[in-house]
Amino acid sequence: MKKIIKYVIIDILRNKIVVAYTIFLLLLSFSIFNLEDNNAKGLLSLLNIVLIIVPLVSILFAAIYVYNSAEFLELLVSQPLKRKTIWLSIFAGLAFSLALAFFIGVGIPVMLYEFSATGITMLIVGLFLTVIFVAIALLATVQTRDKAKGIGVTILLWLYFSLLFDGLVLFLLFQFADYPMEKIMIGISAFNPIDLSRILVLLKMDVSALMGYTGAVFNDFFGKTYGMIIAVFVLALWIALPAWISARKFNRKDL
Amino acid sequence: MKGVIIILCSCCFQASAFNIHVGSLQQFKTITAAVAAATTGDTIIVDKGIYFEKNLVINKQLVLKGINHPVLDGEKKYEIISIKSDNVTIDGFLLQHTGVSSITDFAAIKIYDRRYVTIINNIINDAFFGIYSQQGINCLIQNNILTANAIEEQQSGNGIHCWRSDSMRIIANTISGHRDGIYFEFVTNSVIWRNNSFKNMRYGLHFMFSNDDAYISNVFENNGAGVSVMFSHSVKMFNNYFKENWGDAAYGLLLKEINDSYIENNRFEKNTMAIYAEGANRIHIEKNVFKGNGWALKIQASCMDIQLIKNNFIGNSFDVGTNGSLVLNTFNNNYWDKYEGYDLNHDNLGDVPYRPVSLYSMIIEQNPPAMILFHSFITSLMDKTEKVIPSLTPENLKDEHPLMKSLPL
Repeated sequence: MKKIIKYVIIDILRNKIVVAYTIFLLLLSFSIFNLEDNNAKGLLSLLNIVLIIVPLVSILFAAIYVYNSAEFLELLVSQPLKRKTIWLSIFAGLAFSLALAFFIGVGIPVMLYEFSATGITMLIVGLFLTVIFVAIALLATVQTRDKAKGIGVTILLWLYFSLLFDGLVLFLLFQFADYPMEKIMIGISAFNPIDLSRILVLLKMDVSALMGYTGAVFNDFFGKTYGMIIAVFVLALWIALPAWISARKFNRKDL
Repeated sequence: MKGVIIILCSCCFQASAFNIHVGSLQQFKTITAAVAAATTGDTIIVDKGIYFEKNLVINKQLVLKGINHPVLDGEKKYEIISIKSDNVTIDGFLLQHTGVSSITDFAAIKIYDRRYVTIINNIINDAFFGIYSQQGINCLIQNNILTANAIEEQQSGNGIHCWRSDSMRIIANTISGHRDGIYFEFVTNSVIWRNNSFKNMRYGLHFMFSNDDAYISNVFENNGAGVSVMFSHSVKMFNNYFKENWGDAAYGLLLKEINDSYIENNRFEKNTMAIYAEGANRIHIEKNVFKGNGWALKIQASCMDIQLIKNNFIGNSFDVGTNGSLVLNTFNNNYWDKYEGYDLNHDNLGDVPYRPVSLYSMIIEQNPPAMILFHSFITSLMDKTEKVIPSLTPENLKDEHPLMKSLPL
């Protein structure tokens, strides 16, 4: 397993897209922190980018990589190796290299400019999002054989998580405007890792005071230890579940 | 014969006054004894030391002067000084530990229906009410430092409390840790100038039913809910600094049922809501700076004829919020950092109007739980489309001629 992970990582680093992604994130983060006079505000702008770009790049890159290494996968399968090991190694290699890119690209500037509880929360959340969207990409690719269709599906998934889901939430809120929705919203936010991450970081920032009663309800839940543990558990579940299902599917897949 | 002489003397020397010294080495050991012995116009000079006077009642026209801030201690039981005469001056004392009661408003210094009282250069620590004016007229409260450690609203009083007073001058006091820093109820024709009110439980400054007053060049920082002006008219608010009144229910300035007032040249920085206006009519808001606030303005539809002219709006999360489509207020020539228009003839005025109310701020006004979408992709997308094709935001709420460059304020 270690060997496969090593090969995957070396392969990914060699194809330079991840290096370009790292440099892009690095430049973006530094320029945001330098443009904003206030580092806390810089972090807020960076958050918007982390929540949009990181999932997009993670999901697209992972999907394309898996499709492109179809032959490599076939070769590995012919070896005396467990299919699950192969699949999880690919997942681990992808997740590690993209997480490393994020850690260097965003982590270093954040540590330099805004090494606070908020900054660290954003880093952890960003790392989670990277791995989550790699797992979702693997699930999407194992389901669809056709490359073009598979990439289309991943883009749609990204669109769903970053845009359509929020639209649905807004729709729900207006449909049930007469009911107290605050507590239910905590549950609903668990269904979208991007929303959950955004709320976790915002609650750590002082802009959370703007969120009024809703913010107070969320803070009451996520501010406590068990709320935090539940949030991290939900994010971990978002990694484990797609990865596990995709591994099972890959196990039975006719290559 | 003796009596005649005394009467003659008092007639002759009415203008001249004696100095009476109080202190452990002086003739009088307590201020109460000195006050009893004093006659109209005398000056009582108190040496440094600690005095337990219980309740010191001043019922003569006297000047009380402390040397190096002698301490008057209320033993957590008494009102320290009660002023029951006109023309009294209290200068340079340190007053501490008044009684706390939910029935009586104990104060460090209380004025009872009197005129021309001067309270200057005192330090007041751990008082229930600091300086209390009950029907005081033409009094001066200057250069006092009031500090308390309020924990609960019910268990604490106001720093400077004026009730049914007129022509008060409250100048250069520093107030912290009280319930309200300065509280005005039925106070008219008064001025609050150069005070510093911070870290108070509730409001830095609180106006109720107080007309024709002005507060100028004060700093209100980090108070529980900022400054509140309610049920008053003709209030002038100039050159004040409202700063870091930040919290779930905090305002820089809360306007409720207030008419015919002026808000000019103030700075609002880092408040959750810089100005919240409800039932406010005919208010002139000019040349203020709104910087880094959550909401710069929240003007409810119950407001009428508010004029917003030549203000700077910089780095606020939301510029203007409102709760209805009816807009009876005027916005003109303000600078908005979010303005994206152009200026073809270079007259420094934007050619297209600016709509300061974003779609998202309308949505959260109608549906507060939608706040969980704060800073999400969809809300910024909606705001952008709304800017291009306005449909839901109030049609008339717009700045016809926004400035291209910020005003040098």
